[in-house]
Amino acid sequence: MSTHTLHFFERVDTALHDATLRTALDRATARFVGNRARAMSALSDADRLRDQARALRAHALSRLDELLERLAERVEARGGHVCWASDGEQVKRYITDLARSRGVRSIVKSKSMASEEIHLNEALEQAGIEVVETDLGEYIIQIAGETPSHIIAPAIHKTREQVGALFEKHLGMPPTTEVPPMIRTARQALRQRFLRADMGISGVNFGVAEEGAIVIIENEGNARLTTTVPRIHVAIMGIERIVERLEDLGVLLQVLARSATGQKLSVYTSIISGPARPGEADGPEEFHLVLLDNGRSQILGGQYAEALMCIRCGACLNACPVYQSIGGHAYGGVYSGPIGAILTPLLQPDLPDSHLLPHASSLCGACQEVCPVRIAIPDLLLRLRADAVRAGKFHPIEKPAIQGYATMMNNPALYRVGGKFAHLGARLLRRKGRIRRLPPPLHLWTRGRDFPALPAQTFSEWWEERERQRRSG
Amino acid sequence: MSTPAGPRRVTLFVTCIVDQLYPEIGKATVQILEHLGVAIHVPRGLTCCGQMAFNAGFRDESYAVAGRTIELLRGQGDVVLPSGSCAAMIRHLYAELFAHSPYARPAAELAARTYELTEYLVDVLGITDIGAHYQGRITYHDACHGLRFLGVGRQARALLAHVREAEIHPLPNCETCCGFGGLFAIKQHAISEAMLDRKIRDVQATGADLLVTGDASCMTQIGGGLSRRSIPTRARHIAEVLANMVDARPV
Repeated sequence: MSTHTLHFFERVDTALHDATLRTALDRATARFVGNRARAMSALSDADRLRDQARALRAHALSRLDELLERLAERVEARGGHVCWASDGEQVKRYITDLARSRGVRSIVKSKSMASEEIHLNEALEQAGIEVVETDLGEYIIQIAGETPSHIIAPAIHKTREQVGALFEKHLGMPPTTEVPPMIRTARQALRQRFLRADMGISGVNFGVAEEGAIVIIENEGNARLTTTVPRIHVAIMGIERIVERLEDLGVLLQVLARSATGQKLSVYTSIISGPARPGEADGPEEFHLVLLDNGRSQILGGQYAEALMCIRCGACLNACPVYQSIGGHAYGGVYSGPIGAILTPLLQPDLPDSHLLPHASSLCGACQEVCPVRIAIPDLLLRLRADAVRAGKFHPIEKPAIQGYATMMNNPALYRVGGKFAHLGARLLRRKGRIRRLPPPLHLWTRGRDFPALPAQTFSEWWEERERQRRSG
Repeated sequence: MSTPAGPRRVTLFVTCIVDQLYPEIGKATVQILEHLGVAIHVPRGLTCCGQMAFNAGFRDESYAVAGRTIELLRGQGDVVLPSGSCAAMIRHLYAELFAHSPYARPAAELAARTYELTEYLVDVLGITDIGAHYQGRITYHDACHGLRFLGVGRQARALLAHVREAEIHPLPNCETCCGFGGLFAIKQHAISEAMLDRKIRDVQATGADLLVTGDASCMTQIGGGLSRRSIPTRARHIAEVLANMVDARPV
């Protein structure tokens, strides 16, 4: 069942009742969290490195226009083509037109959240073009007919057992729960696709302005095949993913790999600067760089600009106890977890329940603690909540409740009387010193938790009595 | 036990939750501070820091409540709260709430003299042993806001380490949120309960008879969960332990 048609709370409910999902998430996030912690603590200057990474990102964003123009100029000078796309429709049109004009019938893809963001695969398939994801996780969810549930581990929600069953059904593989034979089977199936593909589509981890190059990091080597075997390579890059100089990568790649998987560096780091030059044996004949805005320039310069510093490591997802409990699909958008709860309302404001996502956080701050570029995620979530309230997006009971709270807190006499009524009410509900059932809407509290019985005397009353006695005594 | 040099005076802000739900935490705080020779002042009519409305996104309402709190705490010296969460609201979020407002300066000035209780005891007074006693097995849960926005945790552990006869057992995943999060516990109650389930599993793994934390809100969440599951481990605020005021209330 696709969870995307459901309302946020239903998606959460589905996730919380999925025991297999909970097992998969527990296993995977614990491993990621542990690996990241070990990798960061092995650095003598992790804090300084993170500060540098943040400064580099801030610097790049402050000169985004200039750096993007330089990148485009240099890519073109090296024989590449650049497409400036303000939205997903433009990208889809550009790529399908390109594919049609070049007689492309088969496409291989690797590592692109940006293409997920604009639902590129659907558009290509509608145009009659075969599209195959080549990253193992992406491939698994593609044959399962699902969407990614994690920024770097798209199939994190699946157990080995489930993947084994999928491979048995779709690839005719003998039943197994062993990972190596599954990888071998997937690799064999994918090799055929690489050989017959006319076009490779990849994402971009960083665009390097001064070099006119793009950087792709990965662990499987499929991005290398995707970007070199087919005769056309199209790279899709969110416009914010830019750095000024090649040297900047020294800092960013270190914190990215460590935060994402706990590796010092990813297994493959490819720096690509255009199509194959005359006389070069490898590489595509054509290279296209798509620069995707899709709402990003609207965020720039505003109170959420910091979210554009994100380098998509996924550490905040792994560290988030909410994500650990519900997984990525419950968020409904392309980006999940704490950073997704910020990016989705900003980039996909048309999703009917995207304003609820910033509330899917206890504001514990575990996300900010692990963010390699120190994005103040809880603060941004709070701003989005305030925006939603200003836009009138809140539960009808909330406004009178909050206004009642504010009136009471601003009026000590009312506060006292309110406290007395609460105490009286609590006395009626109390059993053996605790409350097992509160009236609506507070009954949501007592579904799984007892509530304390209210005391006969508040602290203020006790204090005033004590002060009175002191003065008179 | 050492006592601080010179007479000290603080303003105590017990927070609305402690005032209404857990006066014993306030009393314990008074007892600890007075025992250490600190004179206490409680401004009349002090109610709430405004965090609930702020976290819900209702900034106008929060501004009104928090603005009043700033007025009441003007010129009141050091302010101590037995809550990392409310202290973090004042220290960290008032800057955001009052940015570009007439309260910007008094808010910053208040933030600079506001302390969470254990932070005040250890970092300001320089005391880690206040002569407390508890016979039993204690485990400590880090309350998120205190931990991540104030850097509190080390202080509480130092204080607990000096509680006589207490066996301290580290809580696995002690820095993972218990799932309270203010209105989160109601608005996202199913997720909140899932987070609580994990926390309770970890608490049970320690075999502790007392779960200690620095925030009444975590105490309500974890204590409420333990009580509902009829687990005998009790959840208590660190002030109650330090003041030898742990009793046998169920939640």
